[in-house]
Amino acid sequence: MTRHIVSPKVYLLVFAVLIALTAATTQVARFDFGPLNVVAALTIAAIKATLVVLFFMHLIHSSHRTKVVLAAGVLWLIILISLLLSDVLTRGWLPAPKAW
Amino acid sequence: MPDSELALAHHFVDLDQQHDAATLGMWVFLVTEIMFFGGLFAGYALYRSIYPAAFGHGSRLCDVTLGAINTVVLISSSLTMALAVRAAQLGLRARLIAFLAATLLLGSLFLGIKFLEYSHKFHEHLVPGAGFGYSGPNSRQVQLFLCFYFGMTGLHALHMVIGVGVLLVLMVLAWRGHITPLRSNSVEVAGLYWHFVDIVWIFLFPLLYLVDLHK
Amino acid sequence: MSTTLLEPGQEAGRNYLNADYSIRSWLLTTDHKRIAILYLVSITFLFVVGGASAGLMRLNLMTPQGALTSAETYNKLFTMHGLIMIFFFLIPSIPAVLGNFLVPMMIGARDVAFPRLNLLSWYLFIAGSLLAMVSALTGGVDTGWTFYTPYSTTYSNSYVVMMAVGVFIAGFSSILTGMNFIVTIHTMRAPGLTWFRLPLFLWSLYATSAIFILGTPVLAISILLLGLERIFGVGIFDPKLGGDPLLFQHLFWFYSHPAVYVMILPGMGVISEVIPCFARKRIFGYNFVAFSSVAIALIGFLVWGHHMFVSGQSVYAGMVFSFLSFLVAVPSAIKVFNWTATLYKGAITYHTPMLYAFGFLGLFTIGGLTGLFLATLAVDVHVHDTYFVIAHFHYIMVGGAMMAYLGAIHFWWPKISGRLYPDAWARLSAVVIFLGFNLTFFPQFILGYLGMPRRYHAYPPEFQVLHVMSTAGSSILGVGYLIPLVYLLWSLRYGRAAGPNPWGAKGLEWQTPSPPPTENFERTPVVTEEAYAYTGEEASVDA
Repeated sequence: MTRHIVSPKVYLLVFAVLIALTAATTQVARFDFGPLNVVAALTIAAIKATLVVLFFMHLIHSSHRTKVVLAAGVLWLIILISLLLSDVLTRGWLPAPKAW
Repeated sequence: MPDSELALAHHFVDLDQQHDAATLGMWVFLVTEIMFFGGLFAGYALYRSIYPAAFGHGSRLCDVTLGAINTVVLISSSLTMALAVRAAQLGLRARLIAFLAATLLLGSLFLGIKFLEYSHKFHEHLVPGAGFGYSGPNSRQVQLFLCFYFGMTGLHALHMVIGVGVLLVLMVLAWRGHITPLRSNSVEVAGLYWHFVDIVWIFLFPLLYLVDLHK
Repeated sequence: MSTTLLEPGQEAGRNYLNADYSIRSWLLTTDHKRIAILYLVSITFLFVVGGASAGLMRLNLMTPQGALTSAETYNKLFTMHGLIMIFFFLIPSIPAVLGNFLVPMMIGARDVAFPRLNLLSWYLFIAGSLLAMVSALTGGVDTGWTFYTPYSTTYSNSYVVMMAVGVFIAGFSSILTGMNFIVTIHTMRAPGLTWFRLPLFLWSLYATSAIFILGTPVLAISILLLGLERIFGVGIFDPKLGGDPLLFQHLFWFYSHPAVYVMILPGMGVISEVIPCFARKRIFGYNFVAFSSVAIALIGFLVWGHHMFVSGQSVYAGMVFSFLSFLVAVPSAIKVFNWTATLYKGAITYHTPMLYAFGFLGLFTIGGLTGLFLATLAVDVHVHDTYFVIAHFHYIMVGGAMMAYLGAIHFWWPKISGRLYPDAWARLSAVVIFLGFNLTFFPQFILGYLGMPRRYHAYPPEFQVLHVMSTAGSSILGVGYLIPLVYLLWSLRYGRAAGPNPWGAKGLEWQTPSPPPTENFERTPVVTEEAYAYTGEEASVDA
């Protein structure tokens, strides 16, 4: 069976980076960067998630198909959130007629 | 009966197909979990975009230290889980049991700290509902934030509890010698689930604990 | 293609039905074919319950005063009808019955990837439907199948939580089925069976499964939140906290719109199997039909806001959803064109499955075209929440999906049961169903256009003639549905034994005995030809 046995060193390195990024996101939050705070927070979280997916979940050694499946899940979440927000954030833009 | 025969289910052609199916099945299931939690994230996105100040107030009611500790605890548990999967693939029974146990302990520690946080909130009358007693500004929307806090961390904790249960089962199976390199799909697939639950927390931590921390 | 018949009385050989007669062997089975039968029996029972609710509704609507039931009871009836028919009949119908039976057989496999999860999916379905039944019997739900907040969370006095939990559990049944099909089709295809040699039925089930995976969990979370808000009196849809009731509608429809594609895609897959067989021609535009299934599933996730045009949703978002809703009609139209082109110059025979396929073609087209009216933002303002909407979706769900389901049952019945049904009765009931259906639902287009609102138990007297026509049609439709129940059951005992391939059809499932043995294939088949390799020379037994 083709299995990739990953060296513990890789896991430990990824672990160290994840801890460092956790510290980073906590520190960044203590400063006021306005709207960039949430961008920074989500970016760091996304990097952490990517590291977990690639190395702990072995996506880097997985088939193309597995990557497409995961990408579909993420894309669908983005569709849900963005189309939903497109309603909420644009309610004032085009006023509905007062009487049909 | 040789291990390879014990390992192969009757409807699969060979072990490769079985492994392929097991991992693809878990990834497909994890996509359903992305969408399940995703509904909550969508609601969170909606309300944070229209009540930014209230979400800041609400977030500052959450203990950053405990949240950060829990984040470290969960990331560590992902490390031990990854090492457990490796041990299973190499047939290292003692190491497998040890890493499963470590993951289980770390997961339980996470749940313990969560319970501590929840009881703090309970005593401070910050649980949404009849007894809610927050006296600061935007209290109605802060209550809304706390609905998301309890909803999202609660659903996450439920997934942790299920994960802990699965780990217990795996430990028993490993103890009895049922997990061999050719029969390690269960550990690998449980690992995928565990890492996913970790990833959910990786997003929950900044979204619930770090909003407007600087204020 | 072998078409030898077993003589009546001849031993049928060991097959999945006679392998073990004990109840335990049925209730603990992991054989996908037995699980399909378990689903078949369950959903047939639930169909009768859902149909009875509709019958009572239509009886009540014979008179303008709606004196048969009170308004409250009527609300419970239409809620029950919708919930049962959607969640407990249509959504499982083709996937859980025909899909479970045929997916492994069509790809040359011995079972689905996760047989035990398959059994679990049936038990979850049973648990969910039992909760739904109990909720109905102990008091019923009156919110409409759409559970809109804040009525469902705060004001309704009915058994919302129990019903919601039932739907929640049934949702996991769908998710497990979807998982199984996706993994099975990806990993267990026989040698030589490339994606573009797959029967189109499998393409449609694959697309359906993708919808199960991506959409059902969002319904689950919306129901969970609904339940929490109702039980604990606190929630995120509550306007008192600054919450938005439309959030519920967004989350609900994010699933429930793709759910309608769950209900029609498998039916389209069936039509793609039946038409080539009974026209003795390979399907026209295989690639187009295959990609259309995927396109419908994909675009179907982008249009849910068309249910919310007049809800208070942003008009700008409404325009975007309206445009996308026009787009989703395109792949469906492509399929209809390709089916029609397949029929052109084919050697058409009018066996029962083909009659249902013809019915599907016409009625689905009408239903789909009326969908375009509803997708038009300005028109929808007038016909939203009227009988026009009801007629539209019944043309697709009943005229389309239900016809396809019956067509599928009649096409694969010989394979499933090893028996042939009496052809004359089968064709008669197909015609009765078609006529009854149109008499029931065509007047409803007119009613809706004239302004008759939906979910009303009473109405102005000028609508009575159309309502009476509709009710008359529904009795004919009901009779039409009962006849197959009778002769199919009859055929189990007295029907002529069927050979492996009574229709002379292409496809791996027709290369096994009828009924098939438990393990499906003695040796894994190797596929060397394209799908639907009809030459027109195939013999056909007049079944």
